Amino acid sequence: MKLKIFILLFYVLSVGLTHSSENQTKLLEIYKNLRCLVCQGQSIADSNSDFAATIKLVVEDQFNEGKTEDEIYSFLISKYGEWIVYQPTFNKNNFLLWVLPYLIFIFGGFIIFLIVRKTKYNRVN
Amino acid sequence: MKISISKIIIFSFVIFLLSVFWMGLKINNNYDTKSLVGNKISKFHLIEIYDDAQHISEDDLKKKKFTLINFFASWCAPCRTEHKYLLKLSKERKKIKIIGINFKDKKNNAINFLEELGDPYSFVGKDSEGRISILFGIYGIPESILVDSNLTIIKKIVGPIDQIQYDEILKITK
Repeated sequence: MKLKIFILLFYVLSVGLTHSSENQTKLLEIYKNLRCLVCQGQSIADSNSDFAATIKLVVEDQFNEGKTEDEIYSFLISKYGEWIVYQPTFNKNNFLLWVLPYLIFIFGGFIIFLIVRKTKYNRVN
Repeated sequence: MKISISKIIIFSFVIFLLSVFWMGLKINNNYDTKSLVGNKISKFHLIEIYDDAQHISEDDLKKKKFTLINFFASWCAPCRTEHKYLLKLSKERKKIKIIGINFKDKKNNAINFLEELGDPYSFVGKDSEGRISILFGIYGIPESILVDSNLTIIKKIVGPIDQIQYDEILKITK
């Protein structure tokens, strides 16, 4: 009987700890995606500033209320703008930022194609 | 003179990149939250610093034409420098309700601060953990937010109120 109670207690404790550790990992992931606005190049996860501490509190509150990661980001964006998230959403103001690498990639491919074609043409002649 | 298509493309692309970088240089990169102007404030619930039974919410702000919400703390040096403007404003503009939100401060220190410098606020709420400040997009203090009776933000002042900001508030609330 005692053994059964011990196993049950162990199971409940281990499930509780795993759940709590999963939540902490998820929260840490969210903190890492948020920029500390008053620090030099630090995320909310890295910073010990007053601002970071407050953001951590609010994120934890909202997480415990059952809000999704996206809902938390949307709330913070509505208060601090896109700058607070490391990965801004695609919009007309930053479309170049998203599109430019692909444009450069395509353009580079095109240049290589032209050079190869020209080299082949020169060899043939 | 024969100009190849590839040279034209490379030249256009270089011009395009330079234009993008030039435009980037022209943009003001100093971060602030003044873009909140025109937005409505969030719902909030504020408990008074002197008496826990007293509280206000966003609905109480609809009663006055203008409300200035000022975030301050006794440990904040710039809050001292702006305080004289808040006192002046409370005397000269009766149609502005000034609400103070005491940010991450000790109750006694905040009360001493107001006793020493004067109390321009019609209500002083406490935000001991800073949660309310996030609802208003605050990232440092002092900061002040001027809202109208529709709860729309009409001015956001990041940093202490100075003579220029004070004059602007008077002009807006004329």
